Amino acid sequence: MEKILLLLGVDAEGKLSKAGLEAVEQARRLACSLPGASWAVGLVGRDAQDAARQVANCGAGKFLAVTGDAFASPRYASDAAAAEALARRSEATLILAPADSRWMRALPGAAHRLGAAVDTHIAAVEVADGAVQVRRWYYRQRIEAQQTRRSRPWVLLMDAGNIEPWAGEAGETALEALPAEVAESWDRTKVVGVEAPETDEQTIRPDAGLLFVAGAGWTKKQPDGLSHLEEAAELILDFVRKTKCSLGSSKSLVELSSEGQAVLPFLTHLHQVGQTGSTPRHPKGLATCCHGEEPHVVGWRFIKERRAVNLDPNCGWAQGKADVLYVADAFAVMREVNRLLG
Amino acid sequence: MSNGYHIVVCAGIVPDPLQTLEPVTGPQGPALRNEMMLPAVLDPWAAHALYEAAHLARNAPGSKVWLVSLSPKAKLQQVMMTIAQKVPFELVALDGPASGFTDAGETAVALARAIQAIPGLDRSRLLVFGGWESASRGAGATLQMVGEILGITDQFQGVDALEIQSDGSFRILERIEGGVHQVSACAGPPAVLGWATGTLPEPPNQPQIGMQNMRAIMPALQGAQPAGLAGGKIEFLEVRIPSVRRETQVIKDLSPEEIAKEIVEWIKE
Repeated sequence: MEKILLLLGVDAEGKLSKAGLEAVEQARRLACSLPGASWAVGLVGRDAQDAARQVANCGAGKFLAVTGDAFASPRYASDAAAAEALARRSEATLILAPADSRWMRALPGAAHRLGAAVDTHIAAVEVADGAVQVRRWYYRQRIEAQQTRRSRPWVLLMDAGNIEPWAGEAGETALEALPAEVAESWDRTKVVGVEAPETDEQTIRPDAGLLFVAGAGWTKKQPDGLSHLEEAAELILDFVRKTKCSLGSSKSLVELSSEGQAVLPFLTHLHQVGQTGSTPRHPKGLATCCHGEEPHVVGWRFIKERRAVNLDPNCGWAQGKADVLYVADAFAVMREVNRLLG
Repeated sequence: MSNGYHIVVCAGIVPDPLQTLEPVTGPQGPALRNEMMLPAVLDPWAAHALYEAAHLARNAPGSKVWLVSLSPKAKLQQVMMTIAQKVPFELVALDGPASGFTDAGETAVALARAIQAIPGLDRSRLLVFGGWESASRGAGATLQMVGEILGITDQFQGVDALEIQSDGSFRILERIEGGVHQVSACAGPPAVLGWATGTLPEPPNQPQIGMQNMRAIMPALQGAQPAGLAGGKIEFLEVRIPSVRRETQVIKDLSPEEIAKEIVEWIKE
């Protein structure tokens, strides 16, 4: 019989993230699908009381916590130690966690300490014939696999955006606090804060309904023989402000910047989608002036509705990958789009 | 730091991103069709790690860079013909599969053993670099396990910047959710850093560095030991290419005004 432990990080406000609540729902469904399985929630943070109340009615049989100032910020040494302690206390055979930056950093190392196998970026967890199976991507979202393991413990880090978050009522529950043994050596690393890229405004919004991707075509010479970077920047930022969408960029456009060429000043590597960038999840995506084949397309794997504005009707990116391709000048189209948006 | 750093970059090879990939099932489990024939490149994120390592070594006298790679040595040799021209390093080659379908844990054990066997490696000055994920398995888990085996608990993933402070400590920027960086202060080596894209462009080819590197690379390739991955830890039930072909509606005859109206309506749906 499987013993499931769901690990969740508690944020500075004492709350759980959306990805964490998705993992709660995934763990709940998995426990219901496995006859005789039990499950526990393991919380890590400065204080876990509020977070425990938040998910008190999720169906977990036990709520464990490792808390204290040493566990307030995501840090490898403290998070790995907390995960190890929670896994040992719960005697878990299956250890689940959201594949967020906190657990992606720390949990593989904790898995090694536990002698556990680890699989990351899980898109789905299912039960067939009493066995746990997972689905994940390989080769940057280009190949999909259904797989399982016989060995236990088995650590599963689950990607966000694949399941609705658990949304039950808050309540009261008993929280078992594990004794936290804080090592002096952990202080070799101190988290000192969070920093946004050096741009004037926030343009990356993971929860936005629309992803707007700007390609290198925005920097190319226009029919008058000149490039119009200032206007391109204005059009793009105006659109992002008006729609509150998330801004992405192609690799080529970002790299022009690192090569010292004149580019759109607000774009950084954090905006890059594709083979060496991110693969964001948004309901809609609008690509402008993008060109390219597979490396770019992988960044769009999880965009549901896709439209593109491009001067080339045979562009390899749009053909077969976008739902609608408008063959037009993106400057003219976006100028009018912004006017209509008011 | 007066004596510099000993920087070990873990880097696999992956099919050139422009190649079409098709999975096949063989006796050893899933693989790519014509895998040995596909042109390969150094894994993109690991390549960023290598460039950052070389940059750091150049600015910290006494530093040295090793590149540890678990790959089929014939393919690795092809990749080295290009990569060797980029920055100075010493290759430590492990002969084994570069497939994405291998287990991250097994790979980590093989890489850690190879690092432990590097002659003259000063563990107190050690920085283990690599990509925060690969473009093959994409686990984002291997480096952490390598660090654990080596006893390193100062670890960072999704690193975009490593700045050396005047007291020798590090200021490290890691990517976290929402397009921002977590800033950490680390006392110094040993540490593990899984790099995202970093901040450096790809260096131009420098044939002189290539010739210098290749003198040691060829013997390293010839002496590459089998990595000894047993495999079989993951049971693959199905491996397939997702059906992603869409019926693209190409609209050529609308004015910008008409297109804009359609786009705005679609956004507001």
